[in-house]
Amino acid sequence: MRPAESLLPHLAVLPVAVPLLAGAVSLLLRNAGWVRAITVVSLSALLVMSLLLLGQTAGGASWTYMLGDWPAPFGIALAVDRLAALMLTVTAVMGIACRLAAGTDGSRRFDALLQFQLAGLNGAFLTADLFNLFVFFEVLLAASYALLLDGQGTARLRAGLHYVTVNLLGSSLFLIAAAMFYGVAGTLNIADLDGRLATLPASDVGLAQVAGLLLLAVFAIKAAALPLGFWLPGTYGAAAVHVAVLFAVMTKVGIYSILRVHGALFEAVPQTASADLPLAGLALPWLLPAGLATLVLGAAGALAARDLRVLVAWLVVVSAGTLLAALGLGTVSATAAALFYLPHSTFAAGAAFIAVEFIARRRAGPSAPDAADYRINAAQPLRETPWVAALFFVSALVIAGLPPGSGFIAKVLLLDAAAATPAHGWVWSVVLICSLVVVVALARCASAVFWRSSTADALLVETQRTAVGGRGLSLAVLLLLACGLVMVVFAHPVSGFLRQTAVALGAA
Amino acid sequence: MELLLATAIGAITATGVYLALRSRTFELVLGLTLISYAVNLFIFAMGRPVAGRAPILREGVPTTLEHYTDPLPQALVLTAIVISFAMTAVLIVVALKLREASGGDHVDGGDPVDGGPAGDDPAGDDDRPKRGAP
Repeated sequence: MRPAESLLPHLAVLPVAVPLLAGAVSLLLRNAGWVRAITVVSLSALLVMSLLLLGQTAGGASWTYMLGDWPAPFGIALAVDRLAALMLTVTAVMGIACRLAAGTDGSRRFDALLQFQLAGLNGAFLTADLFNLFVFFEVLLAASYALLLDGQGTARLRAGLHYVTVNLLGSSLFLIAAAMFYGVAGTLNIADLDGRLATLPASDVGLAQVAGLLLLAVFAIKAAALPLGFWLPGTYGAAAVHVAVLFAVMTKVGIYSILRVHGALFEAVPQTASADLPLAGLALPWLLPAGLATLVLGAAGALAARDLRVLVAWLVVVSAGTLLAALGLGTVSATAAALFYLPHSTFAAGAAFIAVEFIARRRAGPSAPDAADYRINAAQPLRETPWVAALFFVSALVIAGLPPGSGFIAKVLLLDAAAATPAHGWVWSVVLICSLVVVVALARCASAVFWRSSTADALLVETQRTAVGGRGLSLAVLLLLACGLVMVVFAHPVSGFLRQTAVALGAA
Repeated sequence: MELLLATAIGAITATGVYLALRSRTFELVLGLTLISYAVNLFIFAMGRPVAGRAPILREGVPTTLEHYTDPLPQALVLTAIVISFAMTAVLIVVALKLREASGGDHVDGGDPVDGGPAGDDPAGDDDRPKRGAP
């Protein structure tokens, strides 16, 4: 249903237009004060708009917005529903956390790049057209290339080269898949494609299947699923802390796209179980094994990590694996659990990146932390840092999914949803064992960093006290942890909303 | 014409994949460029190209695909060309910066011929003591 004749439908385009405009204007300005003011206005506007959309769609409203009011098959369509509004809200929160965490560390163009990145992310979440999904992917990737290289260092450049290469290949695959869809169906609008794929002649079904699986591979690259996710730990491990916080939402774009595109086209959530559709459940047989394998790889990587940031990056892989496995179960409750896990893991990964940055900055003292400060070892003393230790403890608790963190609720929902499916043996054992491994990895890291570091280095304690705290970082981590706390306190209404979202996705 | 187009796209893609798997950034850039060319041709081919029919409306000719080439894939190709062009430029800049910083054009930095990749390694194995440690 369409909201009453008001300005409200236009709210759909603003989350893309506002950051794009703000980014363009802040590129032109030289005065840092004005740039900062524009950033503050744009970020708060984004948060307000996404909350408005969330309130608007919570009642079940969803609408399609035609840019420039061009008629349906020709115009560019944006679609707003609960899922899009949820992702916009998460993105807005992560954008604010990223800007707070950056403080004064970002380069001169950081604000503009952040705005472009947010415009690309919001566009990807709002678009109802496969080709525009590609375009917005490119917008957010282009901004992320520049953000990743923000700062210096050969390691970052090397990670940047790998990241750009992997994503260029992914973009090529995306274009091939989109072109094949156009070739067989003659449209790229996702809702339109859904209808045409159902009535495809038998000779074209194979082509559509190839296109659908190619698209799945593209989204798996973005989501860092095994075997396409090896770019992630190096990239995230080399990024600056504020960039890593923002990147925590980027793997979720892949998950979102799988949910959106494959949910619509191939009934990845077979609610309207019409088994006679030739393409029904095309992605399902791949998602669950890929998800569980990614989960195992991520947990193993976390255990093997020798660098604090790489450890957290592997935990991002763990969360991607959990999400893919939940989607692979293909039931409404599992999708609802995945939708709970998605914002939780985004906030938790952001908080964990900041927590390890605090450790590194404490170790580095007044100077900027270098690679040695991020090592997981006992070489550096960390005394008199109860707050850093407490912060790490809380972040670890949340990201590992232990009570009372939001991850615990997400995992309970997931395991509960899995119990009703034939794959429950695999899901239960892999998810629980990997949770244990993640807890071991985090505990090992904490004991090395905080407890074993107090020998023979007493001389250094004095310099440690002058460590750089970073007010912005503290605010950012508090914001992210508070969001997790909100998800715990309001777990019932939140999961109710997400369940409705999953039901609506299944019926779409 | 189908055979020629399909063979050409296949050959360009194969060359591109081969080059992209090599270890020098120059070959990598060439390979990715070739792949993007092949993809552009592929999108074009998916619009069922036919000779002698322009995607431009003419007076008195009915506006159906019987009389015109489908214009949409051409618009898509145009977008894809612009994007891949820009991304190639980004890749070249990153590759040049890496070469400058590490002294070689190996994709992992450094020059393996002159004895292993150079540059700092964030996940390296040495637990070297912190600066200023006794």
